[in-house]
Amino acid sequence: MSERTLRGKVAIVGVGETTYYKHSMSPDPEFVLAIKAILAACDDAGVDPTEIDSFASYANDRNDPSRISAALGCRELRVSNMQWGGGGGGASAAVGNAAAAIMSGQADIAVVYRALAQGQFQRFGRAAGAGTVSGDNALAHPYGIFVPAQRYALKIMRFMHEHGVRQEALRAIAMASYHHAQSNPRAIMYRRPLTEQMYDDSRWIAEPNHLFDCCQENDGAAALVLVSAERAKDFRHKPAYLLASAQGSDHRNAARGFNAPDFASSSFGPVAPHLWNMAKLAPQDVDVLQSYENFTGGVLMSMVEHGFFTGEEANDFCRLENFLTTGKLPLNTSGGNLAECYMHGLELQIEAVRQLRGQSTAQVAGAKVAGVIAGPMVTPVSTMVLGTEETL
Amino acid sequence: MTYLPKGLPEPVTEADQLDKPYWDGTRAGKLMVQRCKSCHGFQWGPEWICHSCRSWDLEWVEVKGRGKIWTWTRCWHPVHPALKERGPYIAVLVELPEAGNIRMLGNLLGDAAQSVTIGAEVEAVFEPHDDAATPYTLVQWRTV
Repeated sequence: MSERTLRGKVAIVGVGETTYYKHSMSPDPEFVLAIKAILAACDDAGVDPTEIDSFASYANDRNDPSRISAALGCRELRVSNMQWGGGGGGASAAVGNAAAAIMSGQADIAVVYRALAQGQFQRFGRAAGAGTVSGDNALAHPYGIFVPAQRYALKIMRFMHEHGVRQEALRAIAMASYHHAQSNPRAIMYRRPLTEQMYDDSRWIAEPNHLFDCCQENDGAAALVLVSAERAKDFRHKPAYLLASAQGSDHRNAARGFNAPDFASSSFGPVAPHLWNMAKLAPQDVDVLQSYENFTGGVLMSMVEHGFFTGEEANDFCRLENFLTTGKLPLNTSGGNLAECYMHGLELQIEAVRQLRGQSTAQVAGAKVAGVIAGPMVTPVSTMVLGTEETL
Repeated sequence: MTYLPKGLPEPVTEADQLDKPYWDGTRAGKLMVQRCKSCHGFQWGPEWICHSCRSWDLEWVEVKGRGKIWTWTRCWHPVHPALKERGPYIAVLVELPEAGNIRMLGNLLGDAAQSVTIGAEVEAVFEPHDDAATPYTLVQWRTV
């Protein structure tokens, strides 16, 4: 039996985004943002938008592929794929799902997209009003535990306890994102540097999460164009080949009432090994890493569960200098969710492509392998590795 | 006097009645959880089937309200309008060694500024909300 793999079969040939806005500040409705990002990605690739035949998204994106396809005048609609699960855990999975559709002959030109206009719709970080609550939420909301910053604080606190991780390790992850945003004019936090003192003095949201450990909430949209590897060189830029994609979560992750056996984790325990197996690479082969910051503790646990370092090594490894473009593991080089834009993580997939093209505003010299970890601590989570042609 | 102010969402039994014995139990000052009659494993939160042996034969048993703090957070940012004047409050996830190490979430009663120790022993305190539209009782925790 031939090996079942996505390695090298599909490439990302176009990336695009709208202007990124503070939450609720988009002048455009969410659907318009989605369309603008897709057109920007088509323009970047040199693809006629009417040739898009397939769409993949995640997190219950509200913009239906059928409507997008009709609005853009696409000649036909083939695959419409939605990755289950809330949060940004599906961002790399959406790329993997689109790639699987292409590889299996169900799609030719696929777009992965995500759009958010939180003024038009509800915000993530704020709880709804009174009334009643039942099921799993009845075991949390009456105790004042509503939002991800609180729920995931419980995971991070336990992980830090088990491995002796100090607050400074989380701080370094926040500092890395803000540092890189200072060279990225697209970033919401461009020209708004963060100092260690500012981090230390910032208010707690839910311990161990300071304000600067928590992602922004933003308006905007982002999109990527995928085609089969055979066609990848017909487009405007150097292709970024998908070397591996993996999604899922650990054993009984969604056990109710905070009873997941491996609760103090980023959910990548069994997922990351699938990634490295498909990529035929190891963590030390990664030149640059984009790792979804919902909360800095999630980034730290993700890196541990992907094998970049152990929990016990976290205090030593998580220093700003290691995360810079010249460091051991350049991290979140566009500014990420914390400081570029919380585009539900899809700005990270775009940044990985730009790194492999040599177009980043914080370029890692000669980057050939780029990792993108999506939405730690939720379920399902997802992760992927991209590479340049020489990695095939 | 309740730990958190009025105005937070009020828990009600699920439409499918799966968790009714738990909420009925708290009203009577009893901590009720599921246990499988086939493999005798404890299960929390409630589910229709035993995750360990796939038996449908689950019973509700009373367990002792004693446990250890497994993890915790002190919440400062008022994410809900009812919490605006409250100031910080502590949530603890408590592990129950006498019930198969299932975990339960609640608030840690007492001074919100207290230092919290993972592993500290706690006991359940039943906190009635008798004037709610559908009266209910929360399970809170205090250190012993």
